[in-house]
Amino acid sequence: MAGFILRRLLLLIPILLGVSILMFVILRMAPGDPAVAYLKLSSIPPTPSAVAEARQTLGLDRPILAQYVSWLGNAVQGDFGVSHVTRRPVIDDILHYLPATLQLAGAALLFTLIVSVPLGIWSARYKDRWPDQLVRAFAFVGVSTPNFWLGFLLVLLFSLTLKWLPPMGKGGWQHVIMPVLAVSFMSLAINARLLRASMLETASARHVLYARLRGLGDRQVERSHILRNALLPIVTATGMHVGELLGGTLVIESVFGWPGIGRYAVSAIYSRDFPVIQCFTLFLVTIFVVCNLLVDILYAWLDPRIRLNAEAAI
Amino acid sequence: MSVASLEARAARRRMWRLPIRDSWAVRIALLIVALLAIAAIAAPWIAPYDPDAVDLARRLQGPSLAHWLGTDHLGRDELSRLIYGTRVTLGSVALSIVLILALAIAVGGLSGYMGGRIDQTIMRFCDCFLAFPTIVLALFLIGILGTGMVNVIIAIALSHFAWYARMVRGLVLSFRQRDFVLASRAAGASRVRVFFEHLFPAIMAQMIVLATLDIGHMMLHVAGLSFLGLGVQPPTAEWGVMIGDARPFVWSMPMLILWPGLALLLSVMAFNILGDAVRDRLDPSLHGDHQH
Repeated sequence: MAGFILRRLLLLIPILLGVSILMFVILRMAPGDPAVAYLKLSSIPPTPSAVAEARQTLGLDRPILAQYVSWLGNAVQGDFGVSHVTRRPVIDDILHYLPATLQLAGAALLFTLIVSVPLGIWSARYKDRWPDQLVRAFAFVGVSTPNFWLGFLLVLLFSLTLKWLPPMGKGGWQHVIMPVLAVSFMSLAINARLLRASMLETASARHVLYARLRGLGDRQVERSHILRNALLPIVTATGMHVGELLGGTLVIESVFGWPGIGRYAVSAIYSRDFPVIQCFTLFLVTIFVVCNLLVDILYAWLDPRIRLNAEAAI
Repeated sequence: MSVASLEARAARRRMWRLPIRDSWAVRIALLIVALLAIAAIAAPWIAPYDPDAVDLARRLQGPSLAHWLGTDHLGRDELSRLIYGTRVTLGSVALSIVLILALAIAVGGLSGYMGGRIDQTIMRFCDCFLAFPTIVLALFLIGILGTGMVNVIIAIALSHFAWYARMVRGLVLSFRQRDFVLASRAAGASRVRVFFEHLFPAIMAQMIVLATLDIGHMMLHVAGLSFLGLGVQPPTAEWGVMIGDARPFVWSMPMLILWPGLALLLSVMAFNILGDAVRDRLDPSLHGDHQH
């Protein structure tokens, strides 16, 4: 197991290097001169001499490989450059806004798991009867609902009509409810549907038939022989949901005025503040990749077939 | 007739047989998609008003006989904007999908066909794209390229194509050893000819299944980006833009947010039903949830 974890950890390095190279290349291949963009943000007229000077300040006059190596050298030390707009080190801003986003996305992930698992179990248990129909209808609407629009519907219902919850901002637990609901709605629906399908599939496996033949009760078969196997696809899907939830959070923050990295990134994208965009993307990719690594490890730990295969391979 | 062409023809026929005689849900979905297509194509003839005609004297009106869904903050007819919005949404998703399929078949086909070093390099390249959550990659690309509809299409295409490329590669690898391909090779057809005559139609059928499943997802992406102000730009009538425009009036005129959202929800639902139906019809082996 330790060898498996170590190997997966080492695999992170080439992936993140590859991602950073890809980003660097796209950045340099993009239309428009970054030096001109830089001057625009600094409100300096882009005369030829000013552009030449800016190119030198930004290091754009050097070969691209040299640029990348020096960027990487700084990035490894936590220096992602200075925002062209605020003139502050990018990393400071990112670390300032990131926690609020991670709180919201984390709460949404927790909510997704806590609610979708019982829904999936319930749906599979009462296959084709009304609880199943209800969950399936919900799941069906859930995967099609635009999260930001759902956010407005929630505000209309809970803030404007019922006056139960504050419509905006960050503060107590009341502020978290609606953003979490809006962000997690789709993942919740996907998860419930996935667990239902996975449980029904496992239910027809032979070891389940054997358990029933041994005379075990329905609930015990469900708990110890169906659910434990059926949860494995949910573990894999969770890795995907992390990406969706992070992405959803970025959009939802704008609806609820949540002071996270999404709004910061949107304004940076709007003003084409390249160092910020680069650092923001790299951080989110890193979080996503690390979460998927954790999911892989969890999966291997839960499923002896994978763990033993991996150990045999070493 | 040779085995090769028979199998290829069967694949082609399966591809075009639409799931018409399925459940009522599929029929309603087909109806909605047909209506959307008509709205998109015939917008100038159907829409009662010019979607961009500002009339400040009639701003923020509720539904009336003259304006069935009311007017927005600039007095533009909400219904006309919804109808024209279909064009933008469907058009940008359709173009994204064309771009994705072209990229995926080029990249994945090359990878699967060449094998060896080239295959390895291309797949590692795709892995880098797959390490991004799709919306984050789209945001990054828009940050680099700038906002606007064309850039949204490029961003959506580049943030999705790697999934498809990997799929194409897998299909090429699995089809390479199938009888209809081997027979064709044995009969003396060139590699290029085998690819376009036999592999291409079979791969296309699978890709269309995948793409249909993704249409709803992509529509949500386009609308979400436009809502943030990073996608299609105002004053273009697009559903996400309309929701963004109506934000300041969520207290006074919630209808302006409800209509475009409802249109989006219904269309995404319709495409999701259709995607599931097409998948069940064409490829029962793809069962399970496809998502990213």
